[in-house]
Parts: sequence; structure tokens; C-alpha cells
Amino acid sequence: MKGMTLIVKQVTRLIIGFIFLYSLYLILFGHLSPGGGFVGGVTLACGFILLVLAFGKKFFNNLISDRATTIWDCLGALGFLAIALIGYLGGAFFENMWVEQGQEFALVSGGLIPLANIAIGIKVGACLAGVFLALTVLGSKSDTHSGGDS
Amino acid sequence: MNYSILPYLLAMIVVFVGLYGIICKKNLIKIIVGIIILDYGVNLFILLTGYRTNGIAPILTKEDDLERFQSLSVDPLPQALILTSIVIGLGIVALMTAMAIRIYEKYQTFDISEIRQLKG
Amino acid sequence: MSIIPSLLLLSIFLILAVIVAIEARGLLSTVISVGAAGLVLSIIFLILGAPDLAITQVIVEVICLVLLIRATVVRHDTTFTAKRDRFIIAVCLVGGGIIIAITYYAFQSMQAFGAPLMNLSQEYLSQGFQKTGAANYVMAILLDFRAYDTLGEATVIFCSIIGAYAVIRKVGRIKK
Repeated sequence: MKGMTLIVKQVTRLIIGFIFLYSLYLILFGHLSPGGGFVGGVTLACGFILLVLAFGKKFFNNLISDRATTIWDCLGALGFLAIALIGYLGGAFFENMWVEQGQEFALVSGGLIPLANIAIGIKVGACLAGVFLALTVLGSKSDTHSGGDS
Repeated sequence: MNYSILPYLLAMIVVFVGLYGIICKKNLIKIIVGIIILDYGVNLFILLTGYRTNGIAPILTKEDDLERFQSLSVDPLPQALILTSIVIGLGIVALMTAMAIRIYEKYQTFDISEIRQLKG
Repeated sequence: MSIIPSLLLLSIFLILAVIVAIEARGLLSTVISVGAAGLVLSIIFLILGAPDLAITQVIVEVICLVLLIRATVVRHDTTFTAKRDRFIIAVCLVGGGIIIAITYYAFQSMQAFGAPLMNLSQEYLSQGFQKTGAANYVMAILLDFRAYDTLGEATVIFCSIIGAYAVIRKVGRIKK
């Protein structure tokens, strides 16, 4: 699909850095302020969708191909499972280890919770960006006749 | 008239409008919109059961003491369940939109009464 | 009375937006009304004390709008000329009225709005911070107390996205 006009492209260049920075803040500080893995993941996917809509699919495929989004999706899900299995070192599945080794209200606290946030954020972001890329494949044809709806 | 259950009834009306859209409409996109509205209504209803009057959000800050926070905060358990439900709703809309695109490619219409008549 | 007036006003606006979305004549009006309903729902979440949900709802609703517009409005199929089936609509409305009356009587035994039961959450709120070390209780519940549910949710999203890929892909289609 093609991109959009010059105004949209210029505004996207100005604000896309802030969108990715905000999604990174939501993922990393998810255990201290409102946010978390899911919110950061959908914001990341929204940033990717803005890039695809403003600059076109070909530009986006030079940065991240379709195959790369599915690979990152699987890595995020496997990472979450690996964090669950690390809990076996503490005695049970999903046991939250290393809680007492952090200080309260700091970035390094809460045991395995920040790591799980990062894994969920990567998974949800890559997954929703990938499905949007797959759905735009069929967007540009079938505009010749106005549908047989009579 | 029992006024303390009024917000629950308003949330159930949203659910019923969504159900009406799924049952009675003939256009495929309106059926998808009906499923989205059903999702909104159910999420609102579950969140309403956890609200406390003049409550604060369940986020602890450095200068709160624990007893006052416990007696004032809203219920955090419905919020956790609905957070996952909202993101799953997005996955459902993506899947239904993919199916609607394929149906339009094959039958050139979104009208479900015509899709039932055509074969293959 | 524990009902906030702004909550009632926004709920009535949500109901009107939803009714317009279902009954509108063009696809563009339908999609825009769904967008308005989602935005109002996000403000209602903020008033009810759930900031995580408000952010998630806004962004998910914007992505839903983009998906629906990509699928539908670009295809110029925006006129409805099919005949309404009056019998089914009448049965639906009468049945809906009966069910709303039954719901009113069924809700008499629910707890009052504004006084939650909190059977399990009392324990989570009192011991959550020292057991998990996370100040955001919603994340502490999702990733420590109820982490199985998060694993299940990741699986459900994964399966639905694989379903969307399988429907859309070009490999294996029968050539005409």
C-alpha cells in the first residue's frame, strides 16, 4: 500500500520517537505506576501501525519484514514460558523469586515481574503489528465495481 | 424502585443492544460491530461490581500508609481480569475482519442472505 | 446515594452512541459511532478508578477502527437495499423487553453499587506489597497471584492471530 501526503509524513517523523519512548516507559515501569505489559504492547503496535499507514508497506518491510514480526512474537511467548520455568528454582511453577533482593518503589524490585512485563510487551506488540501487516495485503484491489449488494 | 442497581441495568442495556445487532442485522460488518458492542457492555458490567464509593485507584505511592489505602481503594481483581479481556477482544476483531475480507473476495457482497444462497 | 451524576450521563451517552452504531444507514457512520462509544467507555473507566484500563481501551478502540475501515470503507460497499425481516425484529424487541424485566428482578439480590464484597481482594490488598514488591496491584495480581490466567491469555491471542494468518494467506489457494 502507498503512503500518505507530505504533511502526514512530516508529523509522523516528529512524533514517532515519543510514541516508542512512551511505550517503553509503560513496559518498564509497569510495576510502579499505571501501565504494564499489555498497555505497553498495544502502544508499541500502534506506533508500528502509524509507520505503515504514513510511509507505506514497502518502507516498513525494509526495516522489519513480515517474517520478523512472527519470529519476535514467538520469542516473546517463549520468553514468558521461560520466566515461568525459572520459578522452579524457587520451588513452584511461576514462583516469584528474587523479591527480597530489590528495594521498594525502585525500578529493580518485584522479582520476576519486570521481566514478565518485557516478555508480554514484546509478544503483544509484535503479534498485533504482524496481523495488521497481513491484513493490508488485500487492501488495494477490488475497487472496480461497487459491490453486488442489490 | 431500587436505585442502587441502576448502573448495572444500564450496562445490561448495552449488552442487549449488541445482541440485537448480532441477531437481527443482515450486513456482515454490522454483525461484527454487534460483537464489539457486546464486548464493551460485558467489560463495563464486570468493572462496575468492583467500584467503591469515593475510592482511589489501586496503586500504592510512597507516602501512603497501608491501612488507609486498604480501606479506600477499589477492588483490583476485576480490573486485572478485564485488562486481558480487552486485548483478547482486539484479537477477535482482527480474526473476524480477516474472515470478512475473504468472504467479500469470494462473493462480492457483505449481505448474509445472498451468501447463504450462493454455493461455492 | 452513591451514584455519581457524571457516570449516569456518560452511560446514557454510551447507550445512544451504541444504538446509532447499530441502526445507521451507512458503514462510515457505523464505524465512527463505534469509535465514539469506545472513547466514552474509556472516560467511564477513568471515573471508576481504573487508569490501566482507560489507556488500553483508547488504544484498542483506535486499532479496531483502523482495522474496520481498512476492511470495509475502501470497498465502496455502503448501501443497504435488503428488506428488513419485520417478524424477527418484533420478536427480538418483545423478547428483549421480557429479559430486561427478568433481569431487574434478578438483580435485587446483587450487592449495592459502591460497596464491593471483596472476599478475596482483602487478602491481596493487605499482603500484596510485601509478598510481591510491586506497587501496582493490578500488575501484581496479573503476574504473580494469577499468572496462569496471563499464560492462558497469551495462548488465546496467539491462536486467534494464527487463525487470521491462516485465513488470509496466499499459499495453497486453489487457482481458478
